[in-house]
Amino acid sequence: MSLANAVSPLTPPKTGLRLQKQFSWARAREAGVRAVLLGCASLSLLTTLAIVYMFLTEAVYSVTPGTTAFFQEVSLWNFLADTEWSPQFADKHFGILPLLCGTFVIAGIGSLIGLPIGLAAAIYLSEYAKPKFRRMMKPVLEVLAGIPSVVYGYFALVFVTPYALRPIFQSLLGIDVDIFNAMSAGVVLGVMIIPTVCSLSEDALRAVPRGLREAGYALGSTKYDVSLKVVVPAAFSGIVASFLLAISRAIGETMAVCIAAGQMPRLSLNPFRSMETMTAYMVGASLGDTPAGTIEYKSLYAVGFTLFLITLGMNILANWVMNRFREVYE
Amino acid sequence: MTIMQSFTELVHQRQQRESAKRNRPVESEVTKLDVRNLNFFYGEKQALFDVSMTVAERAVTAFIGPSGCGKSTFLRALNRMNDIIEGAHHNGTVLLEGQEIYAPDVDVVSLRKRVGMVFQKSTPFPKSIFDNVAYGPKIAGQRNHKGLSEIVEQSLKRAALWDEVKDRLQDSALALSGGQQQRLCIARALATNPDVLLMDEPASALDPASTSRVEDLIFELKQNYTIVIVTHNMQQAARISDWTAFFYQGYLIEKDHTQKLFTTPKKKQTEDYITGRFG
Repeated sequence: MSLANAVSPLTPPKTGLRLQKQFSWARAREAGVRAVLLGCASLSLLTTLAIVYMFLTEAVYSVTPGTTAFFQEVSLWNFLADTEWSPQFADKHFGILPLLCGTFVIAGIGSLIGLPIGLAAAIYLSEYAKPKFRRMMKPVLEVLAGIPSVVYGYFALVFVTPYALRPIFQSLLGIDVDIFNAMSAGVVLGVMIIPTVCSLSEDALRAVPRGLREAGYALGSTKYDVSLKVVVPAAFSGIVASFLLAISRAIGETMAVCIAAGQMPRLSLNPFRSMETMTAYMVGASLGDTPAGTIEYKSLYAVGFTLFLITLGMNILANWVMNRFREVYE
Repeated sequence: MTIMQSFTELVHQRQQRESAKRNRPVESEVTKLDVRNLNFFYGEKQALFDVSMTVAERAVTAFIGPSGCGKSTFLRALNRMNDIIEGAHHNGTVLLEGQEIYAPDVDVVSLRKRVGMVFQKSTPFPKSIFDNVAYGPKIAGQRNHKGLSEIVEQSLKRAALWDEVKDRLQDSALALSGGQQQRLCIARALATNPDVLLMDEPASALDPASTSRVEDLIFELKQNYTIVIVTHNMQQAARISDWTAFFYQGYLIEKDHTQKLFTTPKKKQTEDYITGRFG
C-alpha cells in the first residue's frame, strides 16, 4: 500500500493549467491566414456579383431616382425584334439582331474551322503521335494560345483577306469581298480556338483507359477503328465540353473580330460583307464619345448583359454535358 | 501431401464431369499454336527467356506462375498485343497452324480476329449491349442489320448471357454487373468468330458465383475453341484446364497434362509453387 501511494500521490492538478480559449499569437495568425484566403476566394465571386449588379441597374432597372435603365426606355420587344442597330444615329434603333447575327456568323465560321481541326489534332496527338512529338507539340500549341488576339485581327486584315480570300473568292469566283469581312474574322477565330479544343479534347481522349484500346485492338481493329469508334465515343463528354468552351470563347472574342470584321451592324448571312459583333460594338462605343447617362451608354450594358447571358448559358451547358454524359472509369 | 490430394480430387471431379458430358478423349493432340525459342523484351528488360511450347487445339491450356513471371507477356505474344507497347521486341518463332504470325506479310488485324482476347478487367465499350457485341463484325465490314442481330444473339447465347440481356440489348453495357460485363466481353470476342481465345485472368475480378459461371462457360467453349488462360488461381487451373504450363521468372519451367503437373510435377520449383511454398 505504501508503495502504491508513493507511485501515484494524490496531488492536486497543477495550478495555471487552463483549457479555456485565450489569446495567443499563434491563434491570431491562424485566424488571419484564414481570413486572407477566404478574401481571395471570395474576390472572384464578388466581382461577378458586382458586374451582374451593374448590368441590372444600368440595363434592366435603375435604382437611382430620376434616372432610367436601358430597358425602361427601350422595350424588350424592340430590342429583340427590331432588325436595325443604330444607337449613334439620329434615328435610333436598338435591335440586337444584327449584332447577334454578326456574332453567330463569325463564331459559326470559326467553329466550323476550329472544332474539326482541333479535334483531329487532338486525336493525332493522343493516339498516333510518338511521345516525343507530343512533348514537342504541347508547348507549340500553348504559344499559339498565347498570341494576343489583336495580332490575329491584324493578320486577318492584312493577310487573310488580301492574300487568301480575295484571290480565291473575288478573282476566281467573282464574289465581292469587303476589306472588313466576317469570313476573315471567322478564319482567324477558328485558328484561335484550335489550342483550346485540342488541349481539352486531348486530355479527354487520354483519360480513356488503355484497357478499352486494347480491347478494341484485340477485336481486330485498326488504329483508325480504335481511335474513332472506341476512344472518341468514350471521351464524348469531354470533347463536347471542349467544343462548348471553345464556342463560348469564340462568341466572347473581341479584338480580332473587331479589327477583321469591321463595325457595320448588318443582318445578313453573307460572310464576305463587313459585320459587327456584340463585342465589336462595345469596343467601338466605349472608345468613342459616349457620355454617361445617355441611351448609347446604357445600350453598352444591354449588349454586355446579352453577351454575358449567352456565354453563361454555354458554360452551364458545357458543365451539364460533362456531368450528364461522363463515363466513370476507375 | 494433402494439397496434392486436393488437386487430384479437383482434376478427377472435372474429368468425371467431362466424360459424363460427351464421349471424347480429354486431351486433343492436334497442335494449334507452336512457339519456338521465344525471347521477349520490354526495351532493355528481358521478360521471356527461350520459351518453347505447343498449344493443343480444342483444349484449355492454363498458364500459372507468380506475378511478373511472364505468363501474361507470353499470352499477349500469341496475338501480337504486345506490338502496341512502345519498345517491345522479340526473337523466336510463333506459329499458328504452321504460319509464322510475326512474318512481315502477316496482317495483324486479321490475326487478332482469329485469335481473340479477353482481359482481366472487363472492358465493355461505353455503348449499348448490342453495339458492344456487334463491334467486331461491324469493323470487319458486316453492315446488314439482320446479319448483325444473328451474330449478336448467337454470341450472347454462347457466352451464356442471352437470357439475362435479351430484353434490353439497347441498354448501356456499363449498367451490367461485373460478371455480366465479363461474359459480355467474351461474347464480344466470340462475335469476330475466332478459333483461339486468349484469356488473361478473366475471373480474377469476379465474385465466386460469377467466377463459377465463367468457368462453366470456358468448359463449354473448348468444344469449339482453343483456349489459353492465364490464372493466378491454381484451383481454377486444376478445375478447367487440360494442360498447365508453369512460368517462373520469364522461363517456362514445365508444361504437362494438368493432372500430371499437379500430382507428379517433374521440377522442384513447380512442386514448391503448387504446394504453396512460394508465390
